[in-house]
This record gives sequence, structure tokens and C-alpha cells, in this order.
Amino acid sequence: MGGRMSADTEATEAPTIVQRGALALTVRRLLRDRASMAAVIFILLLVVFAAAAPLVEAWTGHSPIEQFRDTGLSTMGLPVAPNGEFVLGTDQLGRDVLVRLAYGARVSLLVGVVASLAAALVGITIGVIAGFFGGWIDAVLSRTMDLVMSVPFLLCALALVSVFGPSLALSIGVIVFFSWTTMGRVIRGQVISLRERDFVQASRSLGAGPLSIMLIDILPNLSVPIIVYTTMMIPSSIVFEATLSFLGLGIVPPAPSWGGMLADAAANSIYLVAWWLVIVPGTVLLLTTLSFNILGDGLRDALDPKARPVRLRRKRAKP
Amino acid sequence: MIRFLAGRLAFAALILFALSTFVFVLFFVAPGDPARLVAGDKATETQLIQIRSNLGLDRPIHEQYLSFLGRAAQGDLGYSYRNQQPVLTLIANRLPATVSLVIGGVILWLSVGIPVGIMSARHPGGWRDRLGQGFILVGLSFPTFVLGMVSLYVFYFLPRQAGFTLFPAGGFKPFWPNPAIWAWHMALPWATVALTTAAVYARLTRGQMLEVMSEDYIRTARAKGVPEHKVVYKHGLRATLTPLVTQLGADIAFLLGGAIVIEQVYGLQGVGALAIQAVNNQDRPVIIGVVLLGGFFIVISNIVVDIIYSLLDPRVR
Amino acid sequence: MPVLEARALTVSIPTEDGVVHAVQNVSFAIEAGELFGVAGESGSGKSVMMQAILGLLPNADISGQVLFEGQDLLQLPARALRQMRGARIGMIFQDPLSSLHPYYTIGSQITEAIQVHEKVSATAARARAVDMLAKVGIANASERFDSFPHQFSGGMRQRVMIAMALILNPALIIADEPTTALDVTVQAQIVALLDQMRREFGTTVVMITHDLGLLSSVADRIMVMYAGNRMEYGPAEPIFRAPAHPYTAGLLRSSPAHYAAGAEVIAIPGKPPSLLHKPAGCVFAPRCANAMPVCTTQHPPVRQFSDGVHTQCWLEATPAAPATRLAAEQGRGASDGAPVVLDISDIELSFTTGGVFGRTGKFQVLKGINLSVRRGETLGLVGESGCGKSTLARVIAGLIAPSSGTVVLDGIEMSSLDPAGWRETRKHVQLVFQDPFGSLNPRRRVGAIIGDPFRIHGVAKGAERKRRVQELMELVGLNPEHYNRFPSEFSGGQRQRIGIARALALNPGLIIFDEPVSALDVSIQAQILNLMRDLQQRLGLTYLFISHDLAVVRQVCDRIAVMDKGQIVELAAAEDIYTRPQHDYTRTLLAASVVPPRPEDHADRQLVETIQWVAA
Repeated sequence: MGGRMSADTEATEAPTIVQRGALALTVRRLLRDRASMAAVIFILLLVVFAAAAPLVEAWTGHSPIEQFRDTGLSTMGLPVAPNGEFVLGTDQLGRDVLVRLAYGARVSLLVGVVASLAAALVGITIGVIAGFFGGWIDAVLSRTMDLVMSVPFLLCALALVSVFGPSLALSIGVIVFFSWTTMGRVIRGQVISLRERDFVQASRSLGAGPLSIMLIDILPNLSVPIIVYTTMMIPSSIVFEATLSFLGLGIVPPAPSWGGMLADAAANSIYLVAWWLVIVPGTVLLLTTLSFNILGDGLRDALDPKARPVRLRRKRAKP
Repeated sequence: MIRFLAGRLAFAALILFALSTFVFVLFFVAPGDPARLVAGDKATETQLIQIRSNLGLDRPIHEQYLSFLGRAAQGDLGYSYRNQQPVLTLIANRLPATVSLVIGGVILWLSVGIPVGIMSARHPGGWRDRLGQGFILVGLSFPTFVLGMVSLYVFYFLPRQAGFTLFPAGGFKPFWPNPAIWAWHMALPWATVALTTAAVYARLTRGQMLEVMSEDYIRTARAKGVPEHKVVYKHGLRATLTPLVTQLGADIAFLLGGAIVIEQVYGLQGVGALAIQAVNNQDRPVIIGVVLLGGFFIVISNIVVDIIYSLLDPRVR
Repeated sequence: MPVLEARALTVSIPTEDGVVHAVQNVSFAIEAGELFGVAGESGSGKSVMMQAILGLLPNADISGQVLFEGQDLLQLPARALRQMRGARIGMIFQDPLSSLHPYYTIGSQITEAIQVHEKVSATAARARAVDMLAKVGIANASERFDSFPHQFSGGMRQRVMIAMALILNPALIIADEPTTALDVTVQAQIVALLDQMRREFGTTVVMITHDLGLLSSVADRIMVMYAGNRMEYGPAEPIFRAPAHPYTAGLLRSSPAHYAAGAEVIAIPGKPPSLLHKPAGCVFAPRCANAMPVCTTQHPPVRQFSDGVHTQCWLEATPAAPATRLAAEQGRGASDGAPVVLDISDIELSFTTGGVFGRTGKFQVLKGINLSVRRGETLGLVGESGCGKSTLARVIAGLIAPSSGTVVLDGIEMSSLDPAGWRETRKHVQLVFQDPFGSLNPRRRVGAIIGDPFRIHGVAKGAERKRRVQELMELVGLNPEHYNRFPSEFSGGQRQRIGIARALALNPGLIIFDEPVSALDVSIQAQILNLMRDLQQRLGLTYLFISHDLAVVRQVCDRIAVMDKGQIVELAAAEDIYTRPQHDYTRTLLAASVVPPRPEDHADRQLVETIQWVAA
């Protein structure tokens, strides 16, 4: 009987199924998405630029914190515009904007990626635990998430920095502390619906332990939100860091950071006479966040094509 | 409903309690002598002892904590270390600028964000959708302070170089006696806060509307012969906008607690600017006051949102 | 003159994967005042066709002609078509909860339908709506007018939908699976209401459904669709008596109600085709018992018979039934001496409702359940949704702890066990779930899913595990070479086979089937039921079979327990339940269950005309 059934059910199957892995499909969709490809290329270039910061320093011969009072400032003490020696001009202290931009990229990428990964890790862990166990564990963790979300985060960051003094580690800590909740909520919601799915019930009825269910049954089904939300957290972390530095609460000067460069430009409105001080770091910062946001959108569409609308066509006569 | 509200109020009190404990502990463990901050560098030891006694800093820590909580619960946030003025007065003086920013900003970002979201969702995959999505991506990606600096450069500095004043460089003018001057000074800050936030609302509206328009009850409305514009703007929009109330409440509350970056860029003397100055001056009572005020706005808005939501969605009544 | 007449209607829908040929060259005419049934399994195009006609599928390409009151609906401008909807043609949908707007009162949703088409005052509209609500059986209509949809039960919501569809007294009402989301007893009420309304208002009704039993009791004429094609069309009575198309015949024969307990159901083999390709021959040929060589190469013609029945088929005469393989009666049923596998006594389960701040209450789901199952038998558990049958299954499977009472499995009392002992008993009882899509982890390969019992209990590893998994796949009729595929690459019926293979892995003493076939199409249902029966006979398995469908339970089970509101109201041998029901609720259930008649093999019909296929 088994054999007969098998022949029946397989007979019609062969022509309709095109076997293609989920990963291959995702990559294919992503490659066809020109905006996402441009974003990936920009991000890769930025990584190379940040990694090559010492090379940029060696090539220009300018240290990022060295002040070139003779060549880097005009006779009136104003920064000089982009020229042969300073490709992107100098700032109000006569420092090379290009070199500072390269070292600033390191800070932005480091903070963006490290803080996002850490926040994602915290959010996933808490979200999975809250969603999976439910009951009082969920109540406590969810209320904690509500609590953190109800805190005026920029004000608290201000208070923290005013007490401990600004530093890179504190910046990352503050960003992680205030950004894990988004991921936590998303994951918790997903886990709650996954937990009720029959395949989890099946594993439970087989006698699988909670850890086994969380890691083998639930976690793989969270890959799409994890990838998408982590990607989208990177630009917000970068902006968060830049904002802290802009307010003088992030990276300690004279170490270069994009937010700090923009803060320097804003101080005494010097950028009104030296446009490159805001245009250069501002544009790079915008392009960076834009690229990560585009990539996040593209990844979501590629991983979850249901969300992408099929183009509507109207064949009926219009009034 | 009453039980529900009681629950929300209890949670609100918990948040404020947690927040006040956080700031108290933060400043208790903080290095630096508050008395020295108040009295300045030249103060003598006797003066410092006197000040500590005045501020209650010589009492045991738990007594200080309880008295701090007790006073905070009554709305007494203490006095500034800098100019000895009540913190509440300082904040109250700064609220008009912040409230002005929030009111105009909310109106502007809703009137841009929601139509863009609807336009995008009505033509999924078409050029209008791509335009809308482009707006969303750029708006989400633009750091507020960069946008502020760029718009100051373009709308204030360039015209001034050309010899006329299109917009002022910043500063706050009160609504009364001249609302036009007030609005003119607020125009750039409004535009800046609205543009970045509108993107958030456009994205939310778009996603929500795409979901709603594929619901069965939309098909029912069409099957009844309801005209398409009414299907979209009555049946669709009602279900699209209701969830946005939650986001709006949170955004208003966060901004009321101090639009730090915008106020900094445009030199608005609002609550956020007060916070920055307090941080730079190590004026701890003011920092505590602003943080608690921010928390207060957030818990109030949470409760208001819950009430509005229950009015809008019959299922949670 | 027919109310609605479709000529060579073709609907295709562009998707990311390609063009879906949802409806291909379908013609029909619906006469005034009749109840016209459109039957078909999922993917047959029956719903898409009706929605496309009314302009509710904006991205579909439609061609052909659809005449309604002398106008071609496909040529009407959107505005005129909109004015037709609601006023002249009403619609009722499957799920009355999602089909009503959650934010508006039901009254305002009905009066909106009036005010869109007519200029009437609000009070007049309200009076009409209240009147209609009363007519469709809403008690206290004038008070209920201001209630929201979530405040109604499923059946009441469907009554509201019917009132909304009838309010402007349209010439035609299209009911799209109007009873599928409802319980059996409510289903009967809604069908009766539709029938009564049609007589009262003289409305023509089109009923779209997958349920042939339902149509056999009310339809005047029917159309059977398969993969977008009209297979058979004509008066209901001769079609149900002796279907002229092999597909209709196959569908009617797959109903388990026609078979003695333990007999093999004659299933339609295979599974429905993809709609992305148009085959050269007949769409049904690969699954057809009567297929001839011409069927796969040339599109069949339309044949018209003397009794008004039309088929799209190469056969010129009514097909004979395939030879029935007689039931193998041996091994069927458990003797009274067989050991007891499962014994549960006084099971109670209650939940506390409401939270810390909400109103607290106690909700009792199970009220003193006693059951025992002997080795080799199949016990059926029947009841409507919410009666607690699935909860009871989860209590027995150890997923929910009962508030009180004992579950004894293979002589072991479950509540007395430590965690390790509890884990050990998991080998003795296995669950097969209703939803073949939800019960398999979409991110894991089929081999890993079926091998899970071995992994969790550390039974077999590596090559040994793979060998045993492939044996299981072979056993349930799957190709063992598909070991590395993901669940999404399998059809619904195949996935249910995967679920059964997983349940068989540890050779459990008891397998609980929780509505194993109710998510499947009729033709696939029969395949799975046959597999279950076959496995039980070969391996001597013990089943607890949970279902809402009396026809299925009767065919599968030795004894049946009828559940209502958390209690077992009747427990008896299967045949006794059907022939001598003792409890009122059992009688209500039986009365509500409509089964299509068993088709006869011979029909007195002659071929009148053959119309050759013309490609659209």
C-alpha cells in the first residue's frame, strides 16, 4: 500500500517544483535590487576607508589631531577650503578634515555595529525568554521593557555622562541600554505566536526540553526579524553616537568622530563661512545611515517577499 | 475600565519611582562634592559645612533619599545649585519654547507623513510608492542636527549673504503679542523636527494601510458598492490611523521632555537647552528635575493614549 | 432569461511566480429564483471567478462575457459596476468576523449599504435595517443595532452579513463559503435561513462551497470546478444521483460516509495541479481513473446529455465505479480482553480568567472526563468547536496539566512522575495535528523533523537515524529521497504524511489524531484516512481520533464519545451512535450533518451533443 500511494502522489509532482534554497533565492532577489546593491557598495567602501585610516594619514602626512596653524588656517585664522594639500579642507583648528573623517568612520562603524549587535543579543535573549516562558517571567521582563522605553533616553544619557564623564565605552553602553527594547518586543511577539504553533507543541509532546525548543525549533524561525532589525538598528546607533558627540557627550576631543566634527562646525557657527565643515561629515553620515536603511529595507523584501506588493494592473474600463 | 486605569496609574507611579531612584543613586555615587559645586572654588571649609547642612547632605543616605522622594512627590524639585532658583520655576520658564516646537511640529509632521504614507500605500509598487519610500528612507536617515545645520545654512545664511533675511538664525519669541514673529522664528525648527518625524509616520501609515486594505472587511465595503474614495478614507483610514495614536503619544511626550538637539541647533531656550546647560554646569537638581519631568510627560501620555485608544477601538472597551 | 450568464469567462492573475490561470473558459447560466451551487476544492477558481466578475480583484485579467440584467458586467465602467454591487448583487463571505469592520456598529454597516445607493433619511434607513435584522433572526434587533461585530457569535455575525446582503433586495446573492467557518449545527441554521430568504424575497442565490453534501440538500443546479475548469454542470439531482464526470464521481465516492467502518475509501489519487501551466489535455487526466491516451494530449470537448448535464470530458458515457477493494475485516476493533492503553478518570480543567486588574473568573473547560482506550482500537471524540476535545487531547498528550483527575498511560500514572519519568512516557503517546502547515517547522528539513523523536530520546544517531527515517517515509508513502527537502516543498496531504511518520517513529502505544483531515481537500482526506487505516492494521496501532465531522468519525472509529461543553454526553459503539443515539445533543449533531448521496453507477442519459473545445 505504501508503495502504491507513493507512486500516486509523486507522479504529478516533478514538473511543478523548482528546487532552490532559501539563501540562494534571497541573494538573487537582493542582487536584482539596485538600491540595495548601491548601499552595499557604499558600506563596503566606507569599511575600506575606515580600515585604511592610517594609510590616509601616511599618504597626506597629516595626523588627525595635528593642528596646521601655518598651512591649515588662513591669515585671518579661518579654516582653509579644500585644496591640493587638504583635499577636504581643514577645520577651525587647522586639522585635516579628510584624515579626521577616516578616523571618525572607525568610531561610527565601531559604535554602530558593536552597539547594534550587543543590543540585538540582549533583545533576542530577553525577548525569547519572555515570550517562551510567559507567566510572571514575561510580566517582569515586559514591564522592564516598558520601563526602559518610558525613560527619556537622551536626558538619562545626559545625566549619566554628566556624572561619569564622556567616553566611547559609556556611549556604547548607553546606546545598548536604550535600544535593545525594540528588538526585545519584536522577538517576544514573534516567540509568543511561534510558541503556540503546532510544531512547537509537537516537540514538547515528544519530550524536548525548553532549551532544545528555543534553540532548535524557535530560533531558526526568528532569522528574518533578527537580520532585518539588527541591520536597521545600525543606522540609529550611528546617529545616536553622532548625536551624543555633537552634544559633547560622546567621544572625547580631540579624538575625531563625525558628531564631534559637526559639533566643532556648529560651535560659533563657523560652518557658515566654511561649508565643507558641515557638508563633508554631514553627507558621509547621511549616506551611511541611508545605506544601512536601504539595505535593511532590501533585506526585508528579499527575505519576506510576501511583504512586497505585486504591482497592480487595471484591465477594466475606467469611468 | 476603572480597574484598567488604576493599573495604568500604578505602573505610572512605578516608572516615576524607578526614575527618581535612578537619578538619586546616580548622583549619590557620582564623584564630586555638591557643596563645592554650589559654593564655588574659593569657598572655605566652614562655608562648605554650612552648605552641606543646608542641603541636608550631612544626613544619612536613606534619610536624604526619603526626603528627596517626599519632596519630589509633592512637586518640589529643589533649587538650582547655580542661581538658587526653584527648579520648577526654571523649567516652567523654558516650557513655552518647547511646547511651541511640539505643537507646530506635530501638526506639520502629521500633515506631511500621513498623506505620504497613504499615497504610497494606494499605489503599491508604482512611482508614487517609490517616491514615498524614498522620502521615508531619506527622512529616517537624516540626523536631526545635520538637517538643522544644513537648513540654517540654506535658509538663513545664503539669503543673508545675498542681502536679505529669509529666516532668523534662531532664538525664541513668545507667541504674544505677535504670533507672526513667533511663527517666523519657529518655522525652521518646525520644518526640521517635522521632516525627520514625518518619515516615521509615513512608514507606519504605509505599512498599516497596506495591511488594512487587504482585510476582508474592505472587500465587504466594496461588495456593498461603497465608492472607492470612501472605502479608502472611511473604512481604510479609520483602521489605519488608530494604531498611530500610540506612536504619537510617545513622540509628543519625548519631545516635551526636551527637544535637546533641535533646541541646541536653533538656540531655542527650551527645556532641552536647559538640560544641556545644567549638564555643562554640573547643576544636579536641574538635571534631576528635567529627567523626572520627561518621565512624567511619558507616563501621562501613556495613560492618555490608553484612554483615547479605548474610545477609538470598540474591541478594547 | 437567466439572471446571470457567463460566456467563455477566463480569469488570470499575474503573480511573482508567473501568471495563475485561475479560471479557464467557463460558461454558465443562472436562472431566476434558483439556488445555484458552485462546487470545487481549494484552488478550483470558484471564489476568484465570482469576485473577478464583480470587480473585486483589481489586478486580475478578465475576458469573456458576463451578462446580468442585460448588461455585460465586464464592459461596465467601474462606477456603474459599483452601483450594481450591493444594490443588485449582494455578497456574503466565508469568515463573518473578519468580513465585518471591527470599528463600526453592525447597524451602521448595514445602513451604509442603503445610503450608498438610495437617498433616505437616517431614521428610515435605521428602521429598515432593524426590520431586516429581525427577519434574519437577530433577537432584540433594535438594541443589537448598536452592537459591534465582536459582541456577536459566529453564527449571529453571519446572519448580520446576510441581512446586509439582503437589505436592498438584490436580484442575486453570491454566498462564498457562507458556512465553512461555522460549527455544524450553526451551518444547518444558516443554510436554512438562506433558503428561506430566497423563497421570501425571490432572490437568486449562488452558493460557492467545497462541501458537496451541503449542495446536495439545497441546490437546484450545480457546477463542479477543478483547477479553473468547469468539469460538470447541470441540474443537481441527476448529477448527485449519477455523476457524468469522473472527477465529480471521484469526489462523491471519497466521502467516508459511504463506507462501512474499516473499509477502504476510494480516493482520488495524486494532488491538484499547479495553475501556472495549462496542460495540453485535460487538467484532471493525471488523477483520473478513466483516463484514455487522448486525455493527456487533447483538450476535452463539452458533452451535453439528455438530462441536461454537461461535462468537459472525452468520455461519452457515465463512468463506472472502480472496483471496490473489500474491507479487510480482520484485526478491526479491539476485543474486550485487549490491554487498556489509556485510562483517564475524573479529568477536570479550569482556567482563571482575567488578570491582576481585570475581573477574575473561573472558566471550566473539562468537567469530569472518564475514558479508556484498549490496544488496537480507535476511539472517536466528536464535538463542536469549544467543547474541549482538543484541550482533552493536549491533557492526554501531557501538554497541559489537568486541574484534577488522573491519566494512566500503559499502566503509568502521569502526575506521579518526575521530569525524567515524564519525558520517558512521551515515547508512549504521540500527536498528529490538524494543520499540516503549522505542525512542521518550516526552517527544518523533513529528515530532521521525522528524526526528532530519535534525537530527543537519544535512540538512533547518524546513518542509523537516517536509515530509520527513510523507512518511516517509505511506510507513509513518501519518497525517501526527499529526506533533505523543506516542508514548503510538499503539498498538504504529503505534509500530513510527514506528521504521521514523526508520530510513528518511537512506536507509541497511543496516537492522538487531532482533526487530521479537516484542513485537507476531500480528495486528499480519503488518501490520509486510508493510510491511517492501513497502518493500524499492519502495526496494530491504537488511535484516539478527534473530529467535528461525524461522517469521518463513523468510518474510522470503533467507539465514539460525543463531547459537549466539557463533558462526554454519550459514549457508545460507532454504529449505535448513528442508529440509536441516546442523547439530545447527539441527535442534533446527526441531524445537522449533511452527507452527499452515494452515487449510482448507471445513469439513463444519452449523449445529445458534443461541442469541440475552442481555445480562448
